[in-house]
Amino acid sequence: TIARDPLRIIILIAGAFFWLVSLLLSSLIWFIAVKASDPNDEPLQKGLLIFGVMFSVLLQEAFRFLYYKLLRKAIEGLVALSEDGCSPISIQQMAYVAGVGFGLMSGAFSMINLLADALGPGTVGIYGDSQLYFLTSAFMTMVLIFLHTFWGILFFHGCENRRWWEIAAVVVMHLAVSGSTFCNPLYVGSLVPSYMLMAIAATWAYLLSGGSAQNVRRFLLCKSCSVTGTWYLAGLVPSGLPGRSWVSAGGHRVVSVGG
Amino acid sequence: MMITFMNNSDSEEEPCNERTSLMSAESPPVPSYQDGLQASEAGEAQTHRKRRTGGSHSPNNAADGNMSGSSVPVRESASENEEEELTLKYGAKHVIMLFVPVTLCMIVVVATIKSVRFYTEKNGQLIYTPFSEDTPSVGQRLLNSVLNTIIMISVIVVMTVFLVLLYKYRCYKFIHGWLILSSLMLLFLFTYIYLGEVLKTYNVAMDYPTLILVIWNFGAVGMICIHWKGPLQLQQAYLIMISALMALVFIKYLPEWSAWVILGAISIYDLMAVLCPKGPLRMLVETAQERNEPIFPALIYSSAMIWTVGMAKPDTAARGPSQQTWDTAEDGRENHRSPSHSDSEILETRSPVPTHPITSLEELEEEERGVKLGLGDFIFYSVLVGKAAATASGDWNTTLACFVAILIGLCLTLLLLAVFKKALPALPISITFGLVFYFSTDNLVRPFMDTLASHQLYI
Repeated sequence: TIARDPLRIIILIAGAFFWLVSLLLSSLIWFIAVKASDPNDEPLQKGLLIFGVMFSVLLQEAFRFLYYKLLRKAIEGLVALSEDGCSPISIQQMAYVAGVGFGLMSGAFSMINLLADALGPGTVGIYGDSQLYFLTSAFMTMVLIFLHTFWGILFFHGCENRRWWEIAAVVVMHLAVSGSTFCNPLYVGSLVPSYMLMAIAATWAYLLSGGSAQNVRRFLLCKSCSVTGTWYLAGLVPSGLPGRSWVSAGGHRVVSVGG
Repeated sequence: MMITFMNNSDSEEEPCNERTSLMSAESPPVPSYQDGLQASEAGEAQTHRKRRTGGSHSPNNAADGNMSGSSVPVRESASENEEEELTLKYGAKHVIMLFVPVTLCMIVVVATIKSVRFYTEKNGQLIYTPFSEDTPSVGQRLLNSVLNTIIMISVIVVMTVFLVLLYKYRCYKFIHGWLILSSLMLLFLFTYIYLGEVLKTYNVAMDYPTLILVIWNFGAVGMICIHWKGPLQLQQAYLIMISALMALVFIKYLPEWSAWVILGAISIYDLMAVLCPKGPLRMLVETAQERNEPIFPALIYSSAMIWTVGMAKPDTAARGPSQQTWDTAEDGRENHRSPSHSDSEILETRSPVPTHPITSLEELEEEERGVKLGLGDFIFYSVLVGKAAATASGDWNTTLACFVAILIGLCLTLLLLAVFKKALPALPISITFGLVFYFSTDNLVRPFMDTLASHQLYI
């Protein structure tokens, strides 16, 4: 859904870049804090780590907001440049792509060193750690990537329609998910709530994107037109779709409706 | 405009001096250029297509009214407005057309670095970096690397100026010979070494006759593709390959700190060489544009589609000879009617362009305007990412961060290109981002991520 359109690829890479910058800044803060503190004090280090994680989450959401602002400006530019006054990409699609960008970068940074080490020789959990380390890491990364995607949609929708509680909900969810990982290696404490939150976020984002229960039913029952069915499900077809389109606060139609 | 030059010399130790530049495919149209339409050489076809960009397909009906105007200057001014719109509209596509080769080159370099140990072993240095970095004190090491950089940059400057002088005084044969010699060396010698090392790593045996056959074929086809005509994708693939090979040579033979200082210095040099009025690269591109000649194809990666005869349309057979007629018909409504029926068919169907465009021609027009990126850009991007892969202890995170940073830098550079419409240096922004991200990721993010991963925390 992204690789076909060059504009989306650019937005994806830019989203990854924003996540990277937020990570950079948060690790800078953590690094300074750690260097300024006593390295032998265990609880303090743990506390600093928790602080680092929370701060990083907040910073990620802040950068998501900054990215939203940038994309708004970009849409205005694209509308001005296009011949028929509509932007070639809608804000919902941008939200989706931005979410995927964040998620991919977050997942890559979490997982890739693990994967590289997994190629080499070794035994999992030889020092008494959990033997399911790789598996649970994989699942956790997957759920985070999905969550970032959904949070992107929710966040942008909240910013578009000025519903601050949506934005706050996204931030709280992110904090909750990161906080739940503190229960690791008690994996039931982290994976289960994360998946439940993902299901909630998924349905919420789906409903916001214009999907509905009928669409799901139509998708599941309509085998012959499965391609269109998928698009109905995704709710991402910008034009001619019997779904809601976002109307920004000024009453100005954001979604381009084509022929 | 930016130009990239690759000056190779005969011996293995002498590196290629690269200059980098990014050039928009739309050079200012010149009326007399229509005479140059007769030449069907690939490079000239590219610049020719640059000239045609104004008349390319536009869904804007008002602009099409301009297209049927007979006076060329009027059409040119209208087409320039169209060009601007179309440039920005298709800008995303061009960015992706450059993302893909840069990504491929980096992937090749990183894959080689990670798997073939030869390129990370220190086996001596080039004569261009005579000062060793094995000194005990930090200050001495820094001094040595700065001296190395100064020597390297001055070599590059001298070679560039030499090349520009040769170009200015029309010593084309010399330049062509130089380029051919250098690409010969790259294609044969470096490929031989590379292949040897890869085979060694994977413990695959290959006998000499097979080796000679493979390398000979690879090199010969490469020479033809790069310097003469060939399918565009093959030419692009070869350019990517030689950029990757060159980058690997740099990664192997440049000492640690010198490499980073050289990267920084060359982006500053690039900035000055392209933007200053007396900069050698700027003079080169301006001279090339004055003479309406393409820059040597061996030095520039072009993302524009070249007119290939095998288009998937039934009347493709007529495309070759009708190329000129189509172009001139586009330009001034002069129909050089060629005898074949399909030609006139093409010409007739070209007229109602706004209402019923031919798909393949439309595709062609859309894909014609490409962006050119100098090979030196490829090389230095890959050197940065390769060095990050080779020397960073954070391994893949740092590599990934540098990769994203370079892509974003390239994106921004292309954006500036669309705004300014002249040749721009492609190195500074990307290399700055890349360096910043490399050092910060390696020193700041890595401990953070390692601590998180050891506790299995997720942010």
